[in-house]
Amino acid sequence: MDRFIQLALSGIANGAILALVALGFVLIYKSSDVINFAQGELLLIGAYLTYAMVEQFGLWWPAGVVLAVALAAVVGVLIEQLVLRPLIGEPAISVIMVTIGLSSLLRAIVGAIWGVTPRPAPQFLPTDTVTILGANVGVDRIWAFVLAITLFAILTLFFRFSREGIAMRAVADDQQAALSMGISVKKVWAIAWAIAAITAAVGGILLMSIFGGVSGTIGRVGLLVFPVVILGGLDSIPGAIIGGLIIGLLQSFAGGYLPPEWGMGEVVPFIILLLILLVRPYGLFGQRIIERV
Amino acid sequence: MGFAMQSGTFHTTYASDVSLRPYWPQRIRIALVLALALIFPWFADRYWLNLANTIAIFAIGAIGLNILVGYTGLISIGHGGFLAVGAYTAGLMAVHLGTPMWITIPVASFFTAAVGAFFGLPSLRLKGLYLAIATLASQEIIIWLLTHGKLLGIGESLSLPRASNNLFGLPMEWLGNNDFAFYWVCLVALILTVIFVSNLFRTRVGRAFVAIRDQDIAAQVIGVDLFRYKLLAFATSSFFAGLAGALTAHYRGVISWERFTIDTSILFLAMIIIGGLGSVSGSIYGAAFMTLLPALLSNLARSLSDVVPNINAYLPYMQQGAFGLAIVLFLIFEPEGIVKMWRNIKDYFRLWPFSY
Repeated sequence: MDRFIQLALSGIANGAILALVALGFVLIYKSSDVINFAQGELLLIGAYLTYAMVEQFGLWWPAGVVLAVALAAVVGVLIEQLVLRPLIGEPAISVIMVTIGLSSLLRAIVGAIWGVTPRPAPQFLPTDTVTILGANVGVDRIWAFVLAITLFAILTLFFRFSREGIAMRAVADDQQAALSMGISVKKVWAIAWAIAAITAAVGGILLMSIFGGVSGTIGRVGLLVFPVVILGGLDSIPGAIIGGLIIGLLQSFAGGYLPPEWGMGEVVPFIILLLILLVRPYGLFGQRIIERV
Repeated sequence: MGFAMQSGTFHTTYASDVSLRPYWPQRIRIALVLALALIFPWFADRYWLNLANTIAIFAIGAIGLNILVGYTGLISIGHGGFLAVGAYTAGLMAVHLGTPMWITIPVASFFTAAVGAFFGLPSLRLKGLYLAIATLASQEIIIWLLTHGKLLGIGESLSLPRASNNLFGLPMEWLGNNDFAFYWVCLVALILTVIFVSNLFRTRVGRAFVAIRDQDIAAQVIGVDLFRYKLLAFATSSFFAGLAGALTAHYRGVISWERFTIDTSILFLAMIIIGGLGSVSGSIYGAAFMTLLPALLSNLARSLSDVVPNINAYLPYMQQGAFGLAIVLFLIFEPEGIVKMWRNIKDYFRLWPFSY
């Protein structure tokens, strides 16, 4: 039973981070129909910027984190303006490939600045553990969970009550109608990329704490976003959260209960992905208007 | 002839109407390229032969991917996985059965075609982005099978016995060193691939692929069996991926799964985007571009290493960054790729001096 609780808790915590990353991904997809393969690199940038601010420039850590997240948002907006705007109306393959090219470029830039050797996580991140229901859980994981839930709540409120949030929902629903109502679609896209970059940066900081350092492996988490969003539904924000938690739990249980030499934790999300695509391609909460043959 | 190369299409016989290269300038260009390909290995050193072989193998794989993505319109991010299937099939046969390469390469290609058709099954229900994500999953699953393949009796890497590199009983050493000998194998494989695929799109099957790409519902209405032709597209595409993988296995002698990760799938996608979607020659240009770009950068770094210290430490990032930048810039400024740039140049001379 202890083992079960242990696995469940770590699964939920990992799932919360996945959910955070998936949230940004879904926002971009909803508002601009772009599948963003560079989401993992946004994580990487957030983590390294925080590391640079706090450890290399020696800023007081809350200031460093805020500055890093703000810079990540700027990077997100720049990407949208410089790279994706010229490709409006191009076929899906072009948009996919441009984000793939972008991810390679971003990884190269990060690598050239910070190198390949893993850097230790900044001191301010918690490293101690607490005991819940007889299982040891890292405080950082609890933070991950709490932050994910908080961000989700903030975003829900943002979408329901703020002017920009409602505009984003309108664009996601029908671009033409939104344009004719005087909503600036360009502004909405910029906001979507900024929010995606911010959620990714927060996810990156939490991952840095969980992995105990910053290195290129943080970017690998970006691929796991696909099982999450397909399971939850590509255009559903609650789907991203629940999908993230389910994938996190499944990964944790598959890795913990099945023989470790099978390495099932890595592949289970992708098997789920294929099954979901075959059985229910719009996911748990997505709109049932996916392209079908 | 001069600059007045060709000012329109005018056929007087059926033979000229159906020929692949009906015009004399085209034929002369082909003859020149072929002559160059025949002369090249006698003057090139092993470094250049290695690059040429890499280009030829990549070109075969890229042509295969172009059948699927460029001609049939099904996006696949799993090509690297299919290359792995081809390479490991050939490798396992050579290691465990001692089969020579002239048997392993065709067997591996056909086996990969079957595996490709299997992983093409989601395409029956999905298209566009969803299919792309499904192929991403198949890529990850294939690599997982290879890395945890003790269940299947596959080690993490394979060393192929030298003796398996023989053609119809003749050992490859008989032709010369490894790079020189494989140059001819790769060249013949590439030429056969080019001829086959160029002709494929003049047949019923190839036309059906293009119809599916342009409008799948319309294609179905005029009698194209989507189920059959989509699987066939996956199988044909994977056949060439398997061919490229098997050639890689025998040429390199050692294979490991790192060579076939999602980065490889992306590399092949980049080749056909930069070369030109839906174009056989474009696939070759793209393969050449993607092979020569990093080689050029490392030569540049070597010659600058006296001026700029530490440049070698930055080389991998320069290569990766240039790769990403090339994709982004091509998509923004020339989405139709090198093949379009080449066509523009040809058009300029064709219409000269009245280029309007």
